[in-house]
Amino acid sequence: MIEKQLLEVSIGQTIRVVRVNGGEKLENKLRQLGLLPGNCARKVRQAPFGGPVLLEIDGRSIAIGRGIAAKIQVEEENSECDSH
Amino acid sequence: MRFALIGQPNCGKSTLFNQVAGYKAETGNFSGTTLTFTESKVRVLGEVVNLVDLPGTYSLAGSNPAEREVLHYLAFHEIDVVINVLDASHLAQGLNLTLELMELGRPLVVALNMMDEVARLGMTIQGPQLEQILGVNVLPLIASKGRGVRGVFTTAMAVARAGVSPIRMQYNHELENAIASVTDQLNTTAHNSPLNPQLMAIKLLEGNAELLKRAEADAPEIRLVIDAIQKEVLATQGQLAIWALTAERHRHAGEIKDTIVSHGPPRITKRDYIDKVLLHPFWGYIALAVILWLFFQIVYGIGNLVEQPLLSAFDALALLAAQWIGPQTFGAQILTGVIQGIAGGVAIVLPYLLPFLVGLGLLEDVGYLPRLAFLVDALMSRMGLHGKAIVPFILGYGCNVPAVMSTRLLEEPRDRFLAATMATLVPCAARLAVVFGLVAFYLGPQIALAIYVFNLVVIALTGRLLSSTLPEGAPGLIIEVPVYRLPTWKTVAHKSWFRIREFIVEAWPLLIVGSVLLSIFDRLNLARWLDMVVRPLTWVLGLPAKVGVPLIFGIFRKELSLLMLRQALNVSDFSAALNPVQMITFTVFVVFYIPCLATLSVLRRELGQRDMLIIAALTVVIALVAALLARGAAILFM
Repeated sequence: MIEKQLLEVSIGQTIRVVRVNGGEKLENKLRQLGLLPGNCARKVRQAPFGGPVLLEIDGRSIAIGRGIAAKIQVEEENSECDSH
Repeated sequence: MRFALIGQPNCGKSTLFNQVAGYKAETGNFSGTTLTFTESKVRVLGEVVNLVDLPGTYSLAGSNPAEREVLHYLAFHEIDVVINVLDASHLAQGLNLTLELMELGRPLVVALNMMDEVARLGMTIQGPQLEQILGVNVLPLIASKGRGVRGVFTTAMAVARAGVSPIRMQYNHELENAIASVTDQLNTTAHNSPLNPQLMAIKLLEGNAELLKRAEADAPEIRLVIDAIQKEVLATQGQLAIWALTAERHRHAGEIKDTIVSHGPPRITKRDYIDKVLLHPFWGYIALAVILWLFFQIVYGIGNLVEQPLLSAFDALALLAAQWIGPQTFGAQILTGVIQGIAGGVAIVLPYLLPFLVGLGLLEDVGYLPRLAFLVDALMSRMGLHGKAIVPFILGYGCNVPAVMSTRLLEEPRDRFLAATMATLVPCAARLAVVFGLVAFYLGPQIALAIYVFNLVVIALTGRLLSSTLPEGAPGLIIEVPVYRLPTWKTVAHKSWFRIREFIVEAWPLLIVGSVLLSIFDRLNLARWLDMVVRPLTWVLGLPAKVGVPLIFGIFRKELSLLMLRQALNVSDFSAALNPVQMITFTVFVVFYIPCLATLSVLRRELGQRDMLIIAALTVVIALVAALLARGAAILFM
């Protein structure tokens, strides 16, 4: 599987989080939202002009600023991806 | 007895609190609106109970201020029962916290909120089965409509009286061993932990620095023991203890959810359709412009309609009162001051603030604000902030007081300072009165609009400059975008009242004091001296010396700088005393300089004395530069 940055993934794609390169504080924050390594999410949309990415995780929508999204490494998955 | 309400952001916890406690906690369709806890006395089954509303938190790991506050509260306060509110439509996420709460070893009741949303989504939840799995009472709830509230509280009372604590979930074998080793260690050192030893052990394994310090105070060697056990966990689990524990809870929560939730036919929700437009890369911004434009049109439409008649009524009243006491007497002047102070609030601020807050409450409860944050994040990040900072910014147009208060929802002190500075530069409803009363009235609405645009440019530049001098802020926006909800009038009305009360309590008394002081100054003929003090400033700006007093008193109440201008210049028609260039210069200066007393007091409370003084000084510099620029432009183009 090819590792990509979350920003490079196309819209509508299901992804699995591989790694967060942002220090413990950021990891903690993302972890609370269910965005921890091994978990799945779907990239729903991306705002223009360097705006945030909208992810769907466990039925919740989470907006993540571009700066943070750049630190999230993911793998592309088929839509049947299961978090648990 | 004390009941504690706990839940994740946006689960409807504060809505439940407000249903029983009257309006004390601020609710909104926005994560993290409860930033400090609120306690209220409520009556349950004839007994008076202290009900505390804790800040929304995703977990008890203590990685942000709200979480630390919650854990701290749970550790150091007597609590008879914990009421855990869950958004039933996002059960797996919510159960993560529930599993952590079961570790507390305190009586627990689970309230599944938003059952109406669950039904709408075509989901069914087996409540009794959940009760069995958790070993905790589970109750359905629709907090926004007040359904199920009684059931939750009577059950909570019964559970509190019985005093039975739930049994926590078991982790895997290696993790349980690790927990047991730390627990043993804690027990042998006979420390006085505020938490039960097992939970303390789990939190220490997770690396909670605050609790580790406490434990070390009793037994300095505990750090080494924990280090060793954490290494062991890393070896057996392949990840840090905190991740291993979280992953276990997460897995468990997911399993429970899969057992008790069954989905109806999947369907595209209304939300998807609406978001397709409102978050669209092009139409989203058009919609944003239309929504904000409509919003301000309605607010100013209502305000304008009411302001004039109210002002005239108060003027007539002041005149009548003065005649009754005897004109030109000291008493009459004081009374006029009081009446003008009251009028300033009733006629100038409230007509704008009230519709503004109701409108904002609607936008907030519908769920538009996080979407707004999503749309403007790119723009805000160019000013060194992220999308969430749009909230204080927008609130600022109503009144800077709630705007500064709302900076609490930003995590980093740097971001709070930056957002508060920018919010105080936003022309509030009172300053709007100056812009409209002077510039729009005498020079036309286009120039008033130009001043607003100029204001935005100055704020953006200030944000940019300031953020480049300050250290790096929060890494960026992380915000939950909730489903759209139909706001109920009850919550919107309560919320607006809650915020209006802030104005009435914090700002209004100062307005009245300012007015009375003004009357006294007038009586003692001190105006000339004050004019002299600020003469250097008014001279540089090319303004008559007499505008000095209005400018000074504008610090008490922003609209005073206009109301007093009339007295100070002793004209009824401003164009007789000020030329257009002077009007523009004066207005621009008023728009930017020192925030009003009420805002200053909130700034001090939120950021501290030092930052308040820095912001006040900064605004004077900005106002001076902006006014000079505006003056130059006005001379060139007019």
